[in-house]
Amino acid sequence: MQLQPKILIYGYGNPGRQDDGLGSVFVDLLKKWLDSKSIENVELENDYQLNIEDALTISEKDLVVFVDASIENIDDYCLTRVEAEDSKIEFSMHAVSASFILDMSNQLYDKDPETYLLHIKGYEWDYKEELTNKATINLNKALDFIKKRILDPLSFKDHVIEIME
Amino acid sequence: MSRKITIEPVTRVEGHGKVTIHLDSEGNVTQTRLHIVEFRGFERFVQGRPYWEAPVLVQRLCGICPVSHHLAAAKALDVIVGAGTGNGLTATGEKMRRLMHYGQMFQSHTLHFFHLVSPDLLFGIDADPAIRNIIGVALKHKDLAVQGVMMRKYGQEVIKATAGKKIHGTGAIPGGINKNLSIKERDLLLNGGDMMNADKMVEWAQGAVDFFKGYHKANSNFIDNFAKFPSNHLSLVRKDGALDFYHGVLRSVDFEGNKILHDIDYQGYLDYIAEEVRPWTYMKFPFMKEMGEDNGWYRVGPLARLNTCDFIPSPLAQKEFEIYKAYTNGKPNNMCMHTHWARLIEILHSAEIIRDLLNDPDLQGNDLVTKGTKTNEGVGLLEAPRGTLFHHYRINDNDQIEMANLIVSTTNNNEPMNRSVNYVAKNYMTGQKEITEGMMNAVEVSIRAYDPCLSCATHALGKMPLEISLIDSDDNIIDKKKSK
Repeated sequence: MQLQPKILIYGYGNPGRQDDGLGSVFVDLLKKWLDSKSIENVELENDYQLNIEDALTISEKDLVVFVDASIENIDDYCLTRVEAEDSKIEFSMHAVSASFILDMSNQLYDKDPETYLLHIKGYEWDYKEELTNKATINLNKALDFIKKRILDPLSFKDHVIEIME
Repeated sequence: MSRKITIEPVTRVEGHGKVTIHLDSEGNVTQTRLHIVEFRGFERFVQGRPYWEAPVLVQRLCGICPVSHHLAAAKALDVIVGAGTGNGLTATGEKMRRLMHYGQMFQSHTLHFFHLVSPDLLFGIDADPAIRNIIGVALKHKDLAVQGVMMRKYGQEVIKATAGKKIHGTGAIPGGINKNLSIKERDLLLNGGDMMNADKMVEWAQGAVDFFKGYHKANSNFIDNFAKFPSNHLSLVRKDGALDFYHGVLRSVDFEGNKILHDIDYQGYLDYIAEEVRPWTYMKFPFMKEMGEDNGWYRVGPLARLNTCDFIPSPLAQKEFEIYKAYTNGKPNNMCMHTHWARLIEILHSAEIIRDLLNDPDLQGNDLVTKGTKTNEGVGLLEAPRGTLFHHYRINDNDQIEMANLIVSTTNNNEPMNRSVNYVAKNYMTGQKEITEGMMNAVEVSIRAYDPCLSCATHALGKMPLEISLIDSDDNIIDKKKSK
C-alpha cells in the first residue's frame, strides 16, 4: 500500500476583521469535510498570522498549503508555489511570510516540504466577525478546489499559477 | 533649499509607520516626526455590546498581543462584576491568568529579541539586509535561532493551555477564568519531551542574558550611547515594590529616580494621566498631569519597569537585576539600547515564574469565578510586553458598554519614540544628501527598541510594502525605493 503524504493545511488571519478571517474559516469548514471522510493524513492549523515557530511545524510535513486572504489582483482564488528564496528580499516583521517560514525550515531543520499558498480574494477588513458575501463565494470555490487536490495530492503542482502584479 | 526625507513604512514594526526628517538648506536636521497610523475607532466599536463580550472582542484589535488585551479587559470587568481590583479572584483564577500572561510575555519578548534584535547585534546595524535577518542568524548561529523558535513555541503552548485556543481565546472571563490547568497540560509544559520543558526555558533564558552581557562588554559604546536621553518612567509595581506584570499600583520616577506617581490605585488613573493631541498625527501623546504636556511624558516597557521596581521576585532574574542596576549605580537607566538587556531579564523572570506556577497545585483548583456586587465602571491595567496597557469601561443599566477608553503601550511610548528618531536623525543624517541603508536602519533600530505594535491586525497578502521616499521642500520626490 502506498504511504499517504503528511499534509498540513494552515489558514491564517484575524477572524475578527471580516475577510481577514478567510484562512481561519477555511480550516474550520475543511475540518468538517475531513472528519466526514475519515481522512487522517491531513492536519489542520490556524493562527492570527504565521510566525517563526511554524518553521518547526512544517518541517515535519511532506506537503504544506498555507491559506490566506488576499487583496491581490485575482478573481476569486488561486494557488501559487512557495519558494524559499523569496525571503531574502522581503523585510521582516512580526508577521512573516510563507516563503520566510519555508526558508527557516530549510535552514534550521534541513527540511523542504512541497509548499503552496492558497490566495482567497477578500474585500472588507473592518472589526466584524463575518465574511462578506463575495468572499464567502470565493471561499466555497477554494474549498471545492482543495478537496479535490487532497484526494489527489500529486495534482497540486498542476494547478499552480503566477500572479501578475 | 530645505529638504524633507521620508522613510515609510518602518520595517520590522507592526503595521505601518512613516518617518519624516526635515533638513534646512545647510543640511541640519530641523524637525523629525514619527507618524504612526493608529486606528482609534475600536473604542466606538465596542459601544453597545454586552460587557461580558469585551475580553473576546478586544482580541480583534491586534493579532500580535491579543492576550494582553484579553486580560486587561477582563481585569476591568472584574471591577464591574464586583470581583475586586486584581486581588479579589480565587487563587486558581488569578494564577491561571498569571500563567497566561507570563506565557505571553515570554513568547513576545523572545520573538522580539531573537527575530528582530539579534540580527542587528550579530551583524551590525549597517550590515547588508540580505543577511541581517533571522535567516542570517540561522546560517551563522543555528543554535541561537533554534532556541528562539523553541522558546517562542513554548510560550504559545502556555497561552493555548490557559486561554483555551490560539485564536480568540476565552480563558479569562469577568470575575475569573473558565478552565483550570489539567494535570496532562501541566506535565506537558513542566516536563515535556526533548527541549520543551520549563527547566530548559529557564536555562535558555539565562543563556540569552549572558549573550547580551557579552555583546555589551565588546560593544559598550554603541549600547550605552545610541539614542540615549533622559526621561520619566512609568509602570505598575507590586505593592511591596516588586516587578509584577499582571497587577499592582501605578508608580513613576524621573530620570534621576525621584518618585512622581507614588504607588497610586490605577482606578483613578484619569486624575493623573492625560493625552495630548497634536495636529500632525492621529496617535496621542500621554503625559502626567502634574508635570504638564512638555515635561510629563514618560517611557513604558522593559526599561521603565526595571527603573520603577525595587526588586524582582525570582532568584535568577533578581541576580541579573542587581548586575543591571549596578551598571548605573542604582540610578534609573536612560540608555535606549539597554531596553534589550531589560527585556532579556524579563524573559528570564517570566520563565522562572512560569515554572513556579506550573508547580503550584492551585492551578488544578475548581473554584474559578468570584461574584460580587455589580458596579457600572471599571479600569483594568497590566504590564503588556511593550508596556503599561490601560482598559477602561463603563456600562449602562442594560449591561451594554457605553464608554470605552484604551491607552495602549505603543501610545504611551509615542513621545520617547519620537525623541529616539530625533536623536538618530541629528547624529546620522546631518549634512547628508541621501539615505544609506545604515542610516535607515539606525532610525529603525531606535524605534525597534520599543517593540512598537500598531493597531493593525489585518495581514492580508500584498498589504505591506516597504517604501522609501526622498522629498524636497516643494514636495517633489527626489528618490524613491520600494521593496516587496
